Order: sequence, then structure tokens, then C-alpha cells
Amino acid sequence: MNLSERSFPAFTPVAEHGLLVEFGERIDRAIHDRVMHLDRALAAAPFGGFLESVPAYAGLMIRFDPLQCDHAAAERAARQLLARPAATTAAPRTHEVQVCYDPDLAPDLAAVAQAAGMTPDQVAAAHLAGEYEVFMYGFAPGYAYLAGVPQPIRMPRKPAAIRGIPAGSVLIAGPQCLVSTVTMPTGWWIIGRAATRILTGCQDRPFLFDVGDRVRFRRIARADFDTQVRA
Amino acid sequence: MSGAELLVRFAGPHASVQDGGRPGMMRYGVPGSGPLDRLAFAAANLALGNPPGAPGIEVSLGGLVLECLSGSLGLAVAGGGFITDHAGRKGGSWQVATLRAGERLAIRPGHWGSWCYLAFAGSLECGEWLGSASTHALSGLGGGRIATGQRLRIRDAQPRPGRAIPCPVIARPRTTLRVTMGPQQRFFAPRTVADFLAGPWRMTDAWDRMGVRLAGPAIAPEGALDIPSEPILRGSVQVAGDGVATVLLADHQTTGGYPKIATVLDCDLDAFVQLRPRAGLTFQPVGPRQAVRIARSASVAARAYLTALAASVA
Repeated sequence: MNLSERSFPAFTPVAEHGLLVEFGERIDRAIHDRVMHLDRALAAAPFGGFLESVPAYAGLMIRFDPLQCDHAAAERAARQLLARPAATTAAPRTHEVQVCYDPDLAPDLAAVAQAAGMTPDQVAAAHLAGEYEVFMYGFAPGYAYLAGVPQPIRMPRKPAAIRGIPAGSVLIAGPQCLVSTVTMPTGWWIIGRAATRILTGCQDRPFLFDVGDRVRFRRIARADFDTQVRA
Repeated sequence: MSGAELLVRFAGPHASVQDGGRPGMMRYGVPGSGPLDRLAFAAANLALGNPPGAPGIEVSLGGLVLECLSGSLGLAVAGGGFITDHAGRKGGSWQVATLRAGERLAIRPGHWGSWCYLAFAGSLECGEWLGSASTHALSGLGGGRIATGQRLRIRDAQPRPGRAIPCPVIARPRTTLRVTMGPQQRFFAPRTVADFLAGPWRMTDAWDRMGVRLAGPAIAPEGALDIPSEPILRGSVQVAGDGVATVLLADHQTTGGYPKIATVLDCDLDAFVQLRPRAGLTFQPVGPRQAVRIARSASVAARAYLTALAASVA
């Protein structure tokens, strides 16, 4: 195993209907920019047989119909799209997610504060100060992985997952943050509860974010949280 | 319009409403879902003259018992070698019958197969999520899980004459799974890859719609596993840090940080899921060009069967 020998972009056929295109092996904005360049280019100019593309941190899965094309055709199309300059896209949209940091909604806030040598309010302030970008969705419907947790409150994952964490929990681990959408076990740190729903329930726009969008968190008081959640 | 109402007298675990699936939304964390055995599901629908992706019920090894409370409802049972008991008459998968008020239909595992499908001559009333009635197991979104005590309503229910549905060879369980290697094969030592291909592998009791865990040689990946999460496809053979392999199925997570040593060809998955716990299986590596050739010929065979079935009903 010699990872340093890999050159990027790397194209790997996956079964009869997939091509994984990797641009690196780290969580890194420049690498992710290349992922998004190809993702947008495929959306704008899909090749014959293209079914969908799935962007992640450092790579993109292209799914295609093997009755209409093959891996070689998908790779040729991707290489051609990558050779073109990135299309100038509209500035990414910024979404606001409202969070309540009250202790009963944020069971790990005190532990994160202790680890960071801060007060719980300072942890919340640090979290609110972060500028987040949607790097990918994964794991479960609407689980948007946001990169951008400020350095002072970056925490390693817990050694074991805690079960039954309610939907809407605001979780952090390392540079990543996410707002859960279903009740789920998690080994991440629960530092608040969002009133804003990522699975919007709205037919035109069932998911609040697109990959590449920016996110800011805004603190709300418990009374506002309760009102919104009941709404 | 005539309707029918069914009472679920008993539902085993993992019984759920499925339709043609919810493809194209993996970028939002949503897997394709849909029936685990897509061929058998399409056969059940086509045998009634339905579109192949009309909402129906997926039944697991846990079985299902329905009682017809009202109406006369034609239905088709396809997939696996399940045993049916319809108002005291013994039968099996791969048949069309009509369930009348007061009658019961029990579906139980038989000699082979792990998943069985029930399609209705009429429209199953069920919820949808993102344009599909397929139930996503983790969230329960979609048409929903089927639970004991629940009532099911079918609009425009029509009786159908009893008949057999031909069970094709391609619907039988498949023990040799064609795979492309990787996409994270590099995390495994050459000897580990050889162990993976040598097997022997067995299905285990740890199965659901997200995946099935396999028993076999320990194939632990090497080195620190700190790869950022990568997109996953249905059929991925994911290996956790402890060396245990899992084949991911219709309700798989869409990304994951565990390395995938190989990926089962999609066209082999319908027959793979019909293997029973403890059944043996092996992996056979193929190159990408060969994978596409295999998929194309499998598609020809499946289409020929389904087209003939649809024509026999029309």
C-alpha cells in the first residue's frame, strides 16, 4: 500500500454502472472545488447514459446506464469536462439554520466546553462564528456534512456511539458539523438542537441545501425554539 | 369503484411497501431503495397487467398473513420458493389468485429464497416520499413498514383467474457473484485480496434491507483508516475495521468511510438476495468491460422473460 504514488484525478470502475473519480484523499477545500467543478459540468452537459453524480469530500461517483455506455465512455466524458475551465457559477447560496443551545437540548455542550477550556457560551459563540460549506450528503437522507468548525472546538469522535439521538440535533466532530434528520446513534458531540429542518417537507425543495451551499448558524432562545418546533 | 380492505394478521420483520424505487437522489443521502429482488417484483406486477413498478409489498423470511375484510382482490405472489396458504389451499410463490372477503392468505418461507413479493390487481393506498412509495428502512419514509394489526386498502380492486407465473432460472439464488475489485482495494494487502477471492463465504443471520453481513475469512484492511467518506453503490462489499464484510443492499447508506474491497455487479444482486442465511457463496472478479458485457446479456434475458410474461397477460 503506497498511497503517495496515486495520481489524481484517479478513475476507478465500480461494478457495471459506476465510475469513481477521485481528486485527493483529504478533506480540503481545493480538492472539493474540483469535485464540484466536475459535478456541475456533468449536470450542465451530461453524456449519453449518464444517470447521476454523487459528490463527496474528495471524489465523485458517476452512475451510468451500462446498456447505453460504459466506463471508458464515462471516463472520456469526465476528462473532457475537466479539461474545460470551470463554468462561472452564481455565488453559492447561504442558508441560515436556527439553533438553541439550552443544556437539555445540548447534552455534550458542557463536555466540549471542558475539553476546549471554555464556557458553554463560548463554545456556542465559536460554533456560531464558523463559516460552513456543504461538502456532501451521506449516511442517511438529508445528512449534510458541513465543513468549517473552528479549530478551538474541534473534537475527536467519541469512542462509542450513543443511541437514540433525536432528529434536529446539531453535531460536531473534527472540522465537521451536521444537523441530524432522523433518530440515530451518533459518536459525534451534541451541542444544540436546530429549529430549521433540513428535510423541508416541501415538494419543490425537499432538501434545504445543495452541495456547495454555505451555511450560517443563528442562536435562538428557547421560547422561539419551542414555538417553531410546534409550528 | 370497488375497493378491498385487508387486515395484516401477522407481519414478520422488514415487510414494507416498495415500488420501482427512488433513483437519482443519492446526492442528498437518499439511496435508490425499491425491491431487493427487482425481477421478482416486476414479475408479480406484470402478471396482473400492472406497470412493473406499481406499489406492492415486500415480504421477508418472517412471512406475512393477510385477511380480506371486504372486496375481491386479485393478487400475484412472486419471488423465492415461499409457501402460501390461501383459504386452506396450499400453494407457493409464482401464482395469481383472488382473495375474497373472509379469506386468509399466509406467506411463509419454503424450500428456497429470502424475499417474496405481493402485487395487487388494483391500487394499494399508501404514502409517497420524493415521488416514490418505496419504504426507506432507516427512516420509515415512503409507503411504510407493514406491521401486524394494520389495515391495507386497495382501490379499484379486481378479481383475477388463478394461474401460475413461470419462475425463470434467472430468479433462482446465485452463489457465484461477479465483482469488480475496489474501489478501495488499495487498503488491503495482496494476501488479503487473495483470501477474499478464495473464501469460502457464507450468508449470516445479520441481514436487513441495508445489507447482509457475511461470514468468512478475516479480511481486515491495513493502516490507519482515515479516508474521507466516499460515495457507495448498492452491491459494495464494505469491510469494517474488524475485517467483517458486508454486502450493501437497496437501503444502503450513500457514503461511508470504510473501504470497499469489491463491488458486486448490480445485475447479480436480485438473485444474490434470495440466498438463505448460511448459504455458501464465492466472488469472481471481472474487469469493467466484462462487467458491462455481463450486464447487457443479463438485461436481455430479464427483458425477454418480463416481455413474454406481460404478453401472456395482455
